[in-house]
Amino acid sequence: MADVAQSQVSPGHGDGESRRDFLILTAAALGAVGAASTIWPFIDSLNPARDTLALATTEVDLTPIASGQRLTVAWRGKPVFIDRRTPAEIKAAQEVDVSALRDPQKDSDRVKPGKAEWLVIVGVCTHLGCIPLGQKTGDDRGEFGGWFCPCHGSVYDTSGRRREGPAPTNLEVPPYEFTSDTAIKIG
Amino acid sequence: MAASGPGASSRIVRWIDYRLPFVGFIQHELYEYPTPRNLTYWWNFGSLAGIMLVVMIATGIVLAMHYTPHADLAFDSVERIMRDVNYGWLLRYLHANGASMFFLIVYIHMFRGLYYGSYKYPRELLWMLGVVILLLMMATAFIGYVLPWGQMSYWAATVITNLFSAIPVIGDKIVALLWGGFTVGNPTLNRFYSLHYLLPFVIVAVVGLHLVALHTHGSNNPLGIDHKGPQDSIPFHPYYTIKDMFGLAVFLIVYAAFVFYAPNYLSHPDNYIPANSMVTPNHIVPEWYFLPYYAILRSVPDKLLGVILMFSAVLILFIVPWLDTSPVRSARFRPIYKWVSWLLPIDAVILGWVGANPPVGNVVLIGQLATFYYFAHFLVLIPLIGKLERPRPLPLSIGAAVLGSSAGRAGSH
Repeated sequence: MADVAQSQVSPGHGDGESRRDFLILTAAALGAVGAASTIWPFIDSLNPARDTLALATTEVDLTPIASGQRLTVAWRGKPVFIDRRTPAEIKAAQEVDVSALRDPQKDSDRVKPGKAEWLVIVGVCTHLGCIPLGQKTGDDRGEFGGWFCPCHGSVYDTSGRRREGPAPTNLEVPPYEFTSDTAIKIG
Repeated sequence: MAASGPGASSRIVRWIDYRLPFVGFIQHELYEYPTPRNLTYWWNFGSLAGIMLVVMIATGIVLAMHYTPHADLAFDSVERIMRDVNYGWLLRYLHANGASMFFLIVYIHMFRGLYYGSYKYPRELLWMLGVVILLLMMATAFIGYVLPWGQMSYWAATVITNLFSAIPVIGDKIVALLWGGFTVGNPTLNRFYSLHYLLPFVIVAVVGLHLVALHTHGSNNPLGIDHKGPQDSIPFHPYYTIKDMFGLAVFLIVYAAFVFYAPNYLSHPDNYIPANSMVTPNHIVPEWYFLPYYAILRSVPDKLLGVILMFSAVLILFIVPWLDTSPVRSARFRPIYKWVSWLLPIDAVILGWVGANPPVGNVVLIGQLATFYYFAHFLVLIPLIGKLERPRPLPLSIGAAVLGSSAGRAGSH
């Protein structure tokens, strides 16, 4: 628009041009602000709505879970795996040589202090978003007794860390806290 | 912008334009497009209507992303838009009030056409395409009003679809076909939603034809006389782009005033009650832009005749180019029609008032008189005045009238 308007400025008006430049710049700036503030409600309306955000936390009672049992809960529409690990599984997870992992992380960094029994991870494969097997009895848990993703063969250990396959990182640990000894709040 | 000097961008533009003359088309139809130099603000409403169509489609597409077209979920999904979706209230109020603004603009645009004879040779098809757009708008607006699935939505759908039951013999079959059931229900809502998404794009297509027809012979003008030379016209850009933008700014103040300060002023509180097929609200009225037609419908004690008359009230616009017998376009030079033309909008306002009030006592009589006048205006007054009145002499050219006689002579050779 600026160049069209400028081409119409007739030569010979000493300060006419700077005045016109000023008017064009301020009008264009105001127009840009107006356009942006008009477009923003349209774009923002596509963001998660308030009722969606209200479902952002999930509380879980841990009492019914026996040692060695795994439970899946929904959090923000995604499955969260809760694993009450057996001493053998904890030991296996702790003894892994961390430096050999693609995503090096100690088992103690993936559980709450003093709660090594409880592993809480987002059950979404970090490769392309499938849900790994291993929650149900009889599922293929993969070579390391953790989880196995059927889509592209990623294998996770009893700490939910990526051991084999195309997954780039370990299964994500969601933000959560123990609200009591037997209950957690995820999110 | 395309024609601005040499450079890489203009080379690319020329490369494209040689193969797909898009920029050249814009250049020709929006920049250079020779437009009568004497257009008044009455000529703003065409572009305003086009802008409103874009606003309605833009807000509608986003609203459709949040809306659920199911009888059990539709009402709640609209409430979710109002309460939970970010800026959902703004988008919905822009859309709902936008419909009112769209009709307001189009009605003014139509009155402009009637006053200045814009429907006369060679613009008959331009006018008729406009009537087609009006009909499509009415269908779209009615169907859209049903989607929130409140009480007014539901009973508007019931009443309007029942109009077709007035058709002898096959009326009931047609109504069942429209409903997809024994009453207005979920199948009705689903098809209405589908059509409400489709029809605006049909309107866009007809608006395209409307513009092709417009640009074939150019805009009419307040003098109603043809272009006679280059001194009669000015390029559309920047003269009318800036005039249209100023008009748009003024219009947006009105629109925003409704959206932000009286968003429900033009609607009915009953539509915030979920649809209930067992109870009809006490006082059923359509949206304001349908009130005159509604008044015509109610003025006739016979069901079929009322429906026919109501549809005729719109359809009669199709034949206005042939009802008008006057060779002069602009009412400026028509001493009688100049005044009579205003009686139509006055009559429409009276009909609107009648439609808004319960049909008892004098309201019925006034409604019948106003209905009679509405049709007499088109079928008696317009043909008769054209024959009886003596038009005042027309100016030699637009340039002559606007710039004085010297320019008129210069252009008359």
